Formats: sequence, structure tokens, C-alpha cells
Amino acid sequence: MSQRKSAQFLQQLVFVGPMALFFVLIMVIPFLLGLYYSMTNWDGVSENIRWLGLGNYIHIFRDDPDFRNAFWFTVRFTVCGVVLTNLIGFFLAYALTKPLRTRNALRTVFFMPNMIGGLLLGFIWQFIFVRGFSAVGEATGLSFFKLPWLGDGPTAFWGTVIVFVWQYAGYLMVIYISSLNNVPHALIESAQIDGASRRQILRHIVVPLIMPAVTVCLFLAISWSFKVFELNLALTKGGPFKSTESVALDIYNEAFTNNRLGLGTAKAMIFFVVVAIITSIQVRLTKKKEVEM
Amino acid sequence: MGKTSNYRLGTWVAEIMLIVIGLIFLVPFYFLLVNSVKSFGDILAHSASWPTTFRFENYANAWNKINFPTALGNSLIVTIVSNALLLLISSMAAYQMVRHDTRFNRFLFGLLVAAMVVPFQSIMLPLMEVSNVLSLNNSIPGLILCYLGFGAPLSVFLFHGFIKTVPIEIEQAARVDGSSRYGVFFRIVCPLLLPMFVTVLILNTLWIWNDYLLPSLILNDPELRTIPIATYMLFGQYTKQWDLALPALVLGITPIVVFFLVMQKYIVSGIAAGAVKG
Repeated sequence: MSQRKSAQFLQQLVFVGPMALFFVLIMVIPFLLGLYYSMTNWDGVSENIRWLGLGNYIHIFRDDPDFRNAFWFTVRFTVCGVVLTNLIGFFLAYALTKPLRTRNALRTVFFMPNMIGGLLLGFIWQFIFVRGFSAVGEATGLSFFKLPWLGDGPTAFWGTVIVFVWQYAGYLMVIYISSLNNVPHALIESAQIDGASRRQILRHIVVPLIMPAVTVCLFLAISWSFKVFELNLALTKGGPFKSTESVALDIYNEAFTNNRLGLGTAKAMIFFVVVAIITSIQVRLTKKKEVEM
Repeated sequence: MGKTSNYRLGTWVAEIMLIVIGLIFLVPFYFLLVNSVKSFGDILAHSASWPTTFRFENYANAWNKINFPTALGNSLIVTIVSNALLLLISSMAAYQMVRHDTRFNRFLFGLLVAAMVVPFQSIMLPLMEVSNVLSLNNSIPGLILCYLGFGAPLSVFLFHGFIKTVPIEIEQAARVDGSSRYGVFFRIVCPLLLPMFVTVLILNTLWIWNDYLLPSLILNDPELRTIPIATYMLFGQYTKQWDLALPALVLGITPIVVFFLVMQKYIVSGIAAGAVKG
């Protein structure tokens, strides 16, 4: 019996041990340390760490306009980003499940931006906004392209949204396509025989049946847009005048520009709590709308 | 979808509309490519036009400035080794957690699921302390180790969901035939997990290859730079020097775009499968 027990323990150690070790070292311990540091005046250098209790948190809520602005930017960005990536992703998927000749090539085109990381994309689009758009503006005379795309708060906001949508709509498209392909043909055909219009079929049959994909796509879009960082860093560095500074970028700047690591960690903890609450509410709400086949 | 009277016309309209949207989607790549071979003056004066002369020395300059072979090598090592180890440790862990459903394993799994929503920013500052103490700083193996920890939650989660659907009878039969638990895992379960290996591999590759923040915190030595860091450094140094920056960007995106075009089928199905499980 004891020999069996020790064999079982060895198995547990071999199978789960390595993963658990790295997970604890890299995520659990830093997270717990972070809880502690968020209540100190830690600056990363001095040995003398003073306990502040909830001081950092009170400071953030009471007098940190930068964090508030970053938060407001992130919320607006998330709303626009989530709605647009999902609408466009779904629209593309819906159109590309029809028997089009160029279907596969188009799927490739829409998905491709996703392979490139946010940092390089941000730099590429910096050029497009600064040089490309103005060239198109000169050639066509359209005022849309002549706007100071990265030079002013509102347009820089929409510029960031455009790049985000360009990057992620194709990813959501892939998920929606695979979900649309699972909608049984017989069901749609029988609805057609019953005289349902295209719109009715979409609304009452297709959308309810792909709700699991909607849950996933909303979850992904919310967490990507809420955590947006590299895109802002490369595209605008959060400017002009911090108007496109996301929460993630604000935390980064607090830590590495201002060297206030304790304060930055406190912001990061608030960030975590907000992300966790929003995504769990969303998953709960959309899960309710899922129907069983 | 179905066959209605305006089937042909509707399909044609949709097709043309989508091709137009597709071309708009490709415009950034057009600007990037044509300007990468122009002189600096031409980039500023004629950004939209086809290049009159092709200056391929732009590429040579960028190649040298970002030290492309080194950056590419580092990115490859980090991505390949992290992926291989992540696949191994997380599939093994997920297998044990499904087949050996103890209270501890259930707790650990719950912790992993919860960790999936933790943003990197929430652990990055203390992680730098930890990596200092463990001397993971400024080393490629140290960076890989960080990816193992940070990548474990999603990878284990995906394997866990998949293994639950694998029938246990084959494993029991193998046990009866005298195979050890390790033998069962490596000879019987692993081949069955192949589709999930592909999914996890693809999701982790997209993330690790393109990651900037973690390597920028861990690596300082210029010799250890990955492609995103090398690109960022170049932009910091040569702000707005587009005849150098654009070819560097083309070099930077080429490996992953080639990877995509070669592996397209698996990538697309992998992402779809990952989403269903996630």
C-alpha cells in the first residue's frame, strides 16, 4: 500500500511538478509580492521600503488625474474596439461562408494582420497615418485623410481604434466562421421553406446558435482592448498630451518613468480587479443567451 | 447560404464588395513595401507612388542596424524552446489533473483558470524582483522560464478541456496489458492529443514571437535582443528615418508572415479549436 502511495506521489510530481513550479515562481509569487508592494512606497532601488497600507490606493482614487484619464481612454477604447471588431468580424465571416470564388484568398487577407505583433503594427501604422494618409488625401482631396491623424486627441483615439480593428477583426472572423459552419443546413432550409426571410433566419436561428462563439469573441475582444499597450506605445507613445495613454501604458510609465513601483503595482492590482470583474460579468451574461441544440 | 432567386446577383455583389474591402485591408502593406525601397526624399515627396528607382541598400542598412541574424536567431530560440517545453509540461500536468482528480489538483486547476485573467502588468514589477533573485535576468533561458510560467495557465486549460473528451477505456486496456502510466501517456495519449498540440503551439507562437514587454524587461544585452526589441531600439534611435525604419519593419514581419502562409490551414483551424475550448 505504501509503495503504491509513493509511486502515485512520484507520478504526481513528474506530471504536475514542473508546470506547477514555474507557475508558482512566475505568477503566484509575483502576484502575492505585488499585493504587498502595492501597499508600500517601493521604488525598486532603495532598501528602505515603507509600509503605507492603503495609501497608494487612496492616492490613486483621490488625486491621480493621469490614471483616471488613462482609465477613461481604456473604457472608451474598449467599447469602440469590442463593438467594431465583433461587428466587422461577424460580417466578414457571414459573407465568407457564402460560396465565393475568392473566399479562401480573402480569408487569408483579413486574417493576416493578426500575425504581426502590436509593436510592429504600431510602427507600420505610424507611417501610414503620417505619410500614407496625407498622400491619399492629396491625391483624392478627401478631408478624412487630411486630418492630423496622430497629432490631436480625438483623431489619435480613432487612429488607435482603426489599427486595433484592422488587427483583430480577422481573428474574430475565423472564430465566427467555424461557428457558422456548424449551424446545421437542414435547419436553415426548413426555415426557408416555412417562408422565413434572410433577416429572420439570421436573427432567430443563426445568431442564437452561434452564441458560444459570441461569448468567446466578446471575451477575447474585451481582454485585448482592455490590456492594449504595445499598440499605444508604438503608435503614439500615449500622446499627444497623454490622450491615448491606456491603463497598461500608464502603469508602465508610473513604474519606469517615475520610478514609483509601489504605486504602479497598486494601479496594476486595480487593473486586475477591473479586468476580472468585467470579463466575468460579460461571460455570465452571454452564457445565459446560449441555447442547447 | 441558401438558393434564392437573386442567388447569383447577390453573390456577385458580395464578392466584389469583399474584394474591395480586402484591397483596403492590404493598403498598409502596399505603403510599407513600396516605400521601403525608396530614398528618404522620395518617401517624403511621393509616398503613394510606385518607386522610380529601387534602393535595395535600404535593406542592407536595416539588416545591419538591427543586427537581423542575431535578432532572428534569438526570437527563434525563445519561441521554439518555450513552445516545446510548454507543450510537454502543460500536457503532462493537464493529463494528471484530469485522470487523478484530487482535491489538490482541483485547487491548482482553479488557480490556473483564475490566473488567465491576470494582466501581465499586474505581475511584471514583482516578477523583475523574482527574476533578479533567481538570476533569470539578461539570459535567454531565464526569459524562456518566464514564458513557461506565464504560458502555463492557458496551455493547461486547453489540454484539460481536450483530455476530458478522450475516452479512458484505451488507457485502461493499455494498463491491463502492462504499460506504465508514463508509457500510457507518451505512447497512447500523446498521439491522441496531436490536434491540441497544434492549437496550443499556434496560440503560444503568436504570443511569444510578437511579445515585446517581457523580453524588454528581462533582456538588456544588445546581443540577446529579439525582433520586437531590436525594432523598438531602432525606432528610438532613428526616429522618423523612414528609409531605415520601413525595411527594418519588413524584415521584422517577414518570418511570421511566411510562417503564416506556410502553416495557414493549421493556424486557422487551431485558432478556431482554441476558441471553442476557451
